[in-house]
Amino acid sequence: MDAIILQILNGLDKGSAYALIALGLTLIFGTLGVVNFAHGALFMIGAFVAVTLQRILSLSYEQIDPEKTDFLGNPLKVQVPYVDSWFGADVGAWLIDWSVPIAIVMAIPVMLLVGFIMERGLIKHFYKRPHADQILVTFGLAIVLQELVKYFFGANPIQTGAPDAFAGSMDFGSLLGFPPNSIMYPYWRLVYFLFAAIVIGGVFAFLQFTTFGMVVRAGMADRETVGLLGINIDKRFTLMFGLAAAVAGVAGVMYTPILAPNYHMGMDFLVLSFVVVVVGGMGSLPGAVAAGFLLGILQSFASMNEIKSLIPGIDQVIIYLVAIIILLTRPRGLMGRAGVMEE
Amino acid sequence: MKMLGLSKKDTTFLLIVIALTLLTPILLQPFPASSTLAQFNAGYPDLMQRFAIFGIFAIGFNILFGLTGYLSFGHAAFLGVGSYSVVWMYKLLGYNVVPGLILAIIVSALFALLIGFVSLRRSGIYFSILTLAFAQMCYNLAYSVLTPLTNGETGLQVYTNDAQVLMGENSPTSPHFFGIVMNESATWNVGGWQFVFNNGYYFTAIIAILVFYLSLRIFRSPFGLMLRAIKTNQTRLNYTGINTRPYTLAAFVISGMYAGLAGGLMASMDPLAGAERMQWTASGEVVLMVILGGAGTLMGPILGAGFIKYFENIFSKINDQVLHGWFAFLPDGLENFLIGVSHFFVGKSWHLTLGLLFMLVVIFLPGGLVEGGQRIANAFRKRKSGGDDAETEAQPSAAE
Repeated sequence: MDAIILQILNGLDKGSAYALIALGLTLIFGTLGVVNFAHGALFMIGAFVAVTLQRILSLSYEQIDPEKTDFLGNPLKVQVPYVDSWFGADVGAWLIDWSVPIAIVMAIPVMLLVGFIMERGLIKHFYKRPHADQILVTFGLAIVLQELVKYFFGANPIQTGAPDAFAGSMDFGSLLGFPPNSIMYPYWRLVYFLFAAIVIGGVFAFLQFTTFGMVVRAGMADRETVGLLGINIDKRFTLMFGLAAAVAGVAGVMYTPILAPNYHMGMDFLVLSFVVVVVGGMGSLPGAVAAGFLLGILQSFASMNEIKSLIPGIDQVIIYLVAIIILLTRPRGLMGRAGVMEE
Repeated sequence: MKMLGLSKKDTTFLLIVIALTLLTPILLQPFPASSTLAQFNAGYPDLMQRFAIFGIFAIGFNILFGLTGYLSFGHAAFLGVGSYSVVWMYKLLGYNVVPGLILAIIVSALFALLIGFVSLRRSGIYFSILTLAFAQMCYNLAYSVLTPLTNGETGLQVYTNDAQVLMGENSPTSPHFFGIVMNESATWNVGGWQFVFNNGYYFTAIIAILVFYLSLRIFRSPFGLMLRAIKTNQTRLNYTGINTRPYTLAAFVISGMYAGLAGGLMASMDPLAGAERMQWTASGEVVLMVILGGAGTLMGPILGAGFIKYFENIFSKINDQVLHGWFAFLPDGLENFLIGVSHFFVGKSWHLTLGLLFMLVVIFLPGGLVEGGQRIANAFRKRKSGGDDAETEAQPSAAE
């Protein structure tokens, strides 16, 4: 029993990342009808916003510390981050420690901007082109973004830690009455899951309870009629593209302590997120979220040793197998609307 | 002049292709070995072999994507399967490439039949994702469970204790074709030039010509016409009572066999096979080649493959020293600025150039290099005939 709970927990954080990326992908597809292969790159850019902020906060200058001496007796030079000297040592250290959560504040405007530029500059011209062209041009864009990041940050993964407050693991088992240390779960993964839940809830609430969201949903159902009612639906859809980019971006920011960001993480997540979208149903938001968590959890179950010894290699292929089965038996996906992309 | 069932125009075309292919070692070596421009020479065996091999890969991919419009993102799987087959034949029988290549074609055809049978039940983006899923499955399995077959991360290679039952006393100890050793070359020095005629290149080149001829025949056949009809309007074909599935499946299997052959040839030049050949970025690369050259055209895939492999090689070689050499005539500030800008595009960042180029081609020139060439040719032709409208028509393509 505890093993099963542990696997569900393990699947949650990966599932959260899949769900957040897939949510944006399916939002873009549902509104603009565009298949965006560069969405993984947006996730990666978010992660590198966190890296950049940490680097900016850690910028430091050399100062001679009169109280300390090195082993030769000379005064010691120490690196003092600028933030320390501006806000005092305590606040400075806190800022550096909490750079990843703080990066969210920076990531949202940056990602919105990136999203707008991408949509207005490139995607706009591809509404009417076939899906193959959309895939190809966004694939090219993904390569470009990835190489730019590689140029500035190098090819190696960059460790970016979570705040010290979340460094340890939580003894989840003892909460549920299992013996201590049976289910250990790192705090940050819990934070990530809660964060993902809040973001997903926020996006749904935004679409469900605001007038803007209502118009967007109406536009997804019947773009033409909404246009005939005198509403500039294109403008709203552009905003939704920005929103999807921001969701992918913050998902990337918060994922940095779990996976040290490298330039090809976007591509790695993209393939799986696409599978998630297809399993959930193209254009279905609840489908993307449900399928994200479902596949994340399935994947962590498949990597249990008991199951691996039963069917060797299943952990490597389970997601793709599920996708193949779903596509062949129910092409519209788990929660897709009938008739949407069902050929 | 007609031959081999081709029209006069196609025969000329084929003859030109044959001539170009066979003279490649000379044509790609335009600069003397000692000149500073020698770095732009491409006439060395390794690169020429890659031209021919990726040309075969792209020609095959074009039969599927160019004719039927089905965009597969999983062709790298067949490439990997082909490589593994050939190396296994080295391990079991010996270094003659023929059994390996035959096995590579058969095995990749079987894989393509299976994957195609399932994937072709869907079209559009679903087809792309299904093929991608299958290829990623093959890739992941090759790295994990199938390690006994694939040797995992190390890659499959020949060890001294392998059976190699057909190895005679005097058999060569590297890949060969009935005694013609692949990595042996004849060198010809004329003046400052050095031309290398490599056995491996000519082996791949002759195969490339054969499969090019095959694809030419497919393009001109009723079967090819049917594939094009599928691309144009599959629904209408279905309504006229034609079952399109066998045609698309046949195209898929043929292109899978081409990919398998290309993978096999890779292992014929260098007796190694690794799972990274099956990664989806490798599938993306062949898509790039075909699109860049011009999907659905005969010459496009070869042009695209050659273009990408050539610039991959040249661009990645350009370093600071070379750049300084080029921009030395400029004032220092400007020189350093230009070198700084160039850093984005050359050396290790060459993929950035590739990505940009690819985007530009998809946006402005969906027909690829072939269409670009045709537009330029048309512009000139019209100008000669003296029409004023030629100016207005030529302009947009130039501005784009």
